[in-house]
Amino acid sequence: MTALARTRIDEVALRLADTVAWLTTPLLPDDYLGLINPLWSSRKLRGRVEAVQPETNDAVSLTVRPGRGWIAHRAGQFIGVGVDVDGVRHWRTYSLSSAPECADGRVTITVKAVPGGIVSPYLVHRTKPGTVIGLTRPEGRFVLPQPVPSRLLFVTAGSGITPVMGMLRSLVWSGEMPDVILLHSAPTREEVIFGAELRRLASQVPNLRLHEHYTRSGCRLSLAQVPDLVPDWCRRGVWVCGPTAMLQEAETRWREAGIPDRLHVEHFRPAVAASTGGAGGRVRFLSSGQRADADGATPLLVVGEDAGVLMPSGCRMGICYSCTGRLRSGRVRDLRSGREYGEEGELVQTCVSAAAGPVEIEL
Amino acid sequence: MKTLSEADIEEFGRELDKIREDVIASRGEGDARYIRRVIAVQRALEVSGRGLLFAAVLPPVWLAGTAALATAKILENMEIGHNVLHGQWDWMRDPEIHSSTWEWDLVSPATQWKHTHNYLHHTWTNVLGKDRDIGYSLMRLSPEQPWHPYYLGQPLYNAVLAPLFEWGVALHDLELERLRRGDKSWGQAITQLRAILRKAGRQVVKDYVAFPLLAGPLFMPVLIGNLTANMTRNVWAHTVIFCGHFPDEAAVFTEEQIEGETRGEWYLRQLLGSCNLDGGPLFHIMTGNLSHQIEHHLFPDLPSNRYAEIAPRVRALCEQFGLPYNSGSLLRQTATVWKRVFRLALPTSAQRPEPDAPASAQAA
Repeated sequence: MTALARTRIDEVALRLADTVAWLTTPLLPDDYLGLINPLWSSRKLRGRVEAVQPETNDAVSLTVRPGRGWIAHRAGQFIGVGVDVDGVRHWRTYSLSSAPECADGRVTITVKAVPGGIVSPYLVHRTKPGTVIGLTRPEGRFVLPQPVPSRLLFVTAGSGITPVMGMLRSLVWSGEMPDVILLHSAPTREEVIFGAELRRLASQVPNLRLHEHYTRSGCRLSLAQVPDLVPDWCRRGVWVCGPTAMLQEAETRWREAGIPDRLHVEHFRPAVAASTGGAGGRVRFLSSGQRADADGATPLLVVGEDAGVLMPSGCRMGICYSCTGRLRSGRVRDLRSGREYGEEGELVQTCVSAAAGPVEIEL
Repeated sequence: MKTLSEADIEEFGRELDKIREDVIASRGEGDARYIRRVIAVQRALEVSGRGLLFAAVLPPVWLAGTAALATAKILENMEIGHNVLHGQWDWMRDPEIHSSTWEWDLVSPATQWKHTHNYLHHTWTNVLGKDRDIGYSLMRLSPEQPWHPYYLGQPLYNAVLAPLFEWGVALHDLELERLRRGDKSWGQAITQLRAILRKAGRQVVKDYVAFPLLAGPLFMPVLIGNLTANMTRNVWAHTVIFCGHFPDEAAVFTEEQIEGETRGEWYLRQLLGSCNLDGGPLFHIMTGNLSHQIEHHLFPDLPSNRYAEIAPRVRALCEQFGLPYNSGSLLRQTATVWKRVFRLALPTSAQRPEPDAPASAQAA
């Protein structure tokens, strides 16, 4: 089906829904359709988990069929995933690990259970095929450019491999593997997510070289080793995904080498400033009329969610700007830098900002 | 009822806080499944009801369709709409079942109702001159309200209000008496009125134009079925809601009595001003659990499916503190409501029939 035809059909469907809404008011046709199949809703993007594939003992790949409103992703992008844990909706972001070229209409996310977490243990240990989850459309700029550079370097650690796996699978699919080096770090050989597939690829594809580092056997990957392992590192486009410290070190090294534009990084968690201390305050959410006391280290997003405010949210790490709210009064602290700021009318990223004294925000 | 000391009242409040915390700590997947199931059943019932009405060539089919639609509308209004708009399900963080996004199948816009009901009525429950739900500015339901010959007709007003209740609620939210007193600007009222007309317009078109027209030759059966379903819902809601605060034993308070009210005293006022209805689980669901009016007024934002569970604890607490816990059958409570409507239609002295209740609150 051509894109034009699809747009026409969507337009007709939209107009039809508008007309039918006279019969379903104050609800929308979606509210009834969604009861038959949650994936039919055009207002709320959802997906159904069709397969759960263990990767390591604490990581799984979930194969998801997205419903109406989905758009094709680019390898390396992430999506928002919404699940109800103990009756409460939680949203997190996960990188897609499947190649977009795989055109069976399904996508895969790979999740590692974070000890003490809420969403990732739920996805890893409690999600069964058939579960319906909330989705947001793919976003993110951690992608390969077109045309793909002839020499690539990937540096990943732990579950940081997931977006890179999407890229590698996409490159395999295209049949044209450039010169690729992957430096990957994991606690042990068994805990390498996609370990078997990576090793098989490295043995079959001559252009792909894989260096695994196991931190528990004392072989921590340091970026200082990169010039030894990859003599031509300066001439490679590099994609780095892993813990914050690793990303910050990469940013420093590539900046000092005078080639910061060759470096692409993907954050998994917001880089929280070392000292997040400081007083919080009473937060008033003006649109919803809720009030809550916040400490100086909890993001306003979490404060609002816990108070029952319907907070908009996205990446939850200060990247996508889906969670912003307009400040009416007070000051907030950017949890990444520790910097305090805030003027009346300023848009605040609630996912990385905490109250610095009493705050009024239009949410 | 014995008179409570200040310390007793605060202790009573702390015990209630404990009940509240227990429910909040145990809210979870089961509760979420409950509300989603009620919503699914309600929508399925509505679709079936309308479907049956479209095939209503025989009277029994018409009756079944109308009954299903009326039941769906009652569920939508009471167990779902009223409770979602109270924020009872906000903790789920589901934007589709949230007080800030919900709109209900009534002519009054949800936002306006949230103000007059959630804020004015629930904060100032049964406080004369503050709680506009006492008599809905239409009737004299407390002897403290000065009598006027206009009130002679109130049995009739109440009988007319019942089938038109949703329209009454919409008008009530406009707060016309504040407009008369000059507390509210015409601009505000006109903005509100526009919202009501917009909302009501769509409601009227749906039930009385679009569905009947779609039914073609069955235009009239569908129109009358929809009208009957709406009126049944209105009469039911009116009956249940009036039983909540106007049975004879329910106390009314003055503004002086509640000056400087503490948390414990607030709880006490909610208890003394509310009345429960006895019945089985299905009956409770059909009243939107307003049959647990006492529990609802003590904890307006706890999920309605939990009221039945905490009712015995609240009742035991009342016994412990020697406080009344007004509960009766629908028939009995409705009879006392109507008794009050008739009695107060006539001029009476401002003597309280049950001076105990407010006096104890005053002692607080």
